[in-house]
Amino acid sequence: MNSFAYRPCALPAARVAALREEIATFNAEYCAVLDRGELEAWPAFFTEDALYRVTGRENADLGLPVGLVYCEGRAMMHDRAVAIARTQMFAPRYTMHLLGPARVEAEGDAGIVAQTPFLLVQTLVEGPSTLHLAACYHDRFVRAQDRLLLAERHVVHDTNILANDLVYPA
Amino acid sequence: MYQSQTVIGLTDAAKDVPLDACAWPADALNTIPDWVYTSRQLYDREMEKIFRGDTWNFVALEAEIPNAGDYKRSYVGATPVVVSRAEDGTIAVFENRCAHRGAEFCRHNQGNTKEFVCPYHQWSYDLKGNLQGVPFKRGVNKQGGMPRDFQNADHGTRQLRVAMRNGVVFASYSDTVEPLEEYLTPEIVQEFDTTFTGRKLKVLGYYRNELPCNWKMYHENLKDPYHATLLHSFLVVFGLLVAGNKSMMFADAKHGRHGIMGSAKSEEKYASVSEENKKEMRSFHDGLRLHDERFLDFVREFDSPWSVTMMTIWPNLIVQREMNTLGVRHIIPNGPDSLIMQWTMFGYEDDTPEMQRHRLRQGNLMGPAGFLGLEDNEAMKFVQEGVRRSSTGTNHIRLDPGRVGTSESLISEAAIRAMYVYYRQVMDLRVQGACA
Repeated sequence: MNSFAYRPCALPAARVAALREEIATFNAEYCAVLDRGELEAWPAFFTEDALYRVTGRENADLGLPVGLVYCEGRAMMHDRAVAIARTQMFAPRYTMHLLGPARVEAEGDAGIVAQTPFLLVQTLVEGPSTLHLAACYHDRFVRAQDRLLLAERHVVHDTNILANDLVYPA
Repeated sequence: MYQSQTVIGLTDAAKDVPLDACAWPADALNTIPDWVYTSRQLYDREMEKIFRGDTWNFVALEAEIPNAGDYKRSYVGATPVVVSRAEDGTIAVFENRCAHRGAEFCRHNQGNTKEFVCPYHQWSYDLKGNLQGVPFKRGVNKQGGMPRDFQNADHGTRQLRVAMRNGVVFASYSDTVEPLEEYLTPEIVQEFDTTFTGRKLKVLGYYRNELPCNWKMYHENLKDPYHATLLHSFLVVFGLLVAGNKSMMFADAKHGRHGIMGSAKSEEKYASVSEENKKEMRSFHDGLRLHDERFLDFVREFDSPWSVTMMTIWPNLIVQREMNTLGVRHIIPNGPDSLIMQWTMFGYEDDTPEMQRHRLRQGNLMGPAGFLGLEDNEAMKFVQEGVRRSSTGTNHIRLDPGRVGTSESLISEAAIRAMYVYYRQVMDLRVQGACA
């Protein structure tokens, strides 16, 4: 079964509009942190035991579980952020997320299910600005002290052949 | 062709050396000329002499095509092929090119079908690549159509020889290449069988990326244990590989074309590095500790002294056994300055759910976003840019002087040396000052 398949939304329009606004604000902050290079602040967008995974559309469609990045829990995200920020060797780069509209799919006991498409543009020293990922966030949010946190974020990228590598989380 | 860096960095004409000018520097064992990475004519000869020569090329895992009619798109060298399982259970490999007008007819990465139909004029092929049907073969109203003497049997796809071992599928254009096991040599077969025991594999997923570097650099990088202790501070900090760990760099004794880089993880999670070695390792970070150590756990599941092996099987396969994260990497050359890497990550069908999750967590080490993988990709890109654009033209491989082949020291380039001794011979390249 493909858990990333389209499912229609049954929520009232007013509720969808309110949630969409809230999720758009959340994602704007999330991407601002990544695009400014504040990597070590990134895990704070997740719950303690959240799942963060980056995987190709091909894997998502085939129901294959692998992730280019596969973090079970905020501690693993913290380790990744520290490793990249302090120990990893890579050429300097800027990234810019261009977010599409959030789509709210459902709201229930397990949280809010939503998807947001985005483009990730990467700029290297002496290089062009290239479209690095055409992707979509497949999310489940929960509420903690009145703010949203990600319990699950699957970054599913249509981009089939990545240009060299993916350094920062998307 | 897909190319990620095109704004700056066209190869200097002086580096695109014509084949007849490709003469190795006289100190051949200790040097690599830049043109091995940058000459278009040399690259074309590699396709002919290596990938379509006497070699076995990885094309698929059997687990990807378990049932009759299952197929996947694949490559031998840069040439697109189809790997399919026929009704009789055998596996066929044939070029993804319609015999009629050349269309690359199989467009999906994988699937299941009864036959292959070229969409252009609907010529159809069976699961072994034989031509089955030609629409309007006899024309319409007795006009047109194929000549009377046209035989379907003479117009199939180009079919390759196939060899398999424990669920791994190889193909060859050569009628003279030795049997697969002999091709691999005994020590390589032994390491191969450590991962591929015959236990059924379970594909966990794919990564694909383009590396803007020459395909041979990927082999060299895995025959270069020197870099592992220096570039990959992550390995060093967390004790996965430390200069002084029990390790080996094996090169097959017959040709020096295949290799195994192996290391044995010490029992301590974190490395202790002597003050003397620390001074040599700029990237060493004292005192970094993980918040979640699970992904460094090592479940001893293999009958092997090595907790980590990276095996290079000439010319297009890497078998990764990095503790419990397993994968094959398929090198697809894409011109002298580029390669496409297809990663197939797998476990075993009888893995417990917890073991599968452990493999997925440990997968963070490898792949285009892996702690080790991304640094390798960056480093090889830097090398390709350097050799394409600089005014000088020689690389030096002088560590562990005089040795060619297997080495017990990590501070050695003996395995790269062995690979290029073999390469010069199979490519029929001369050495400056040597007698013809």
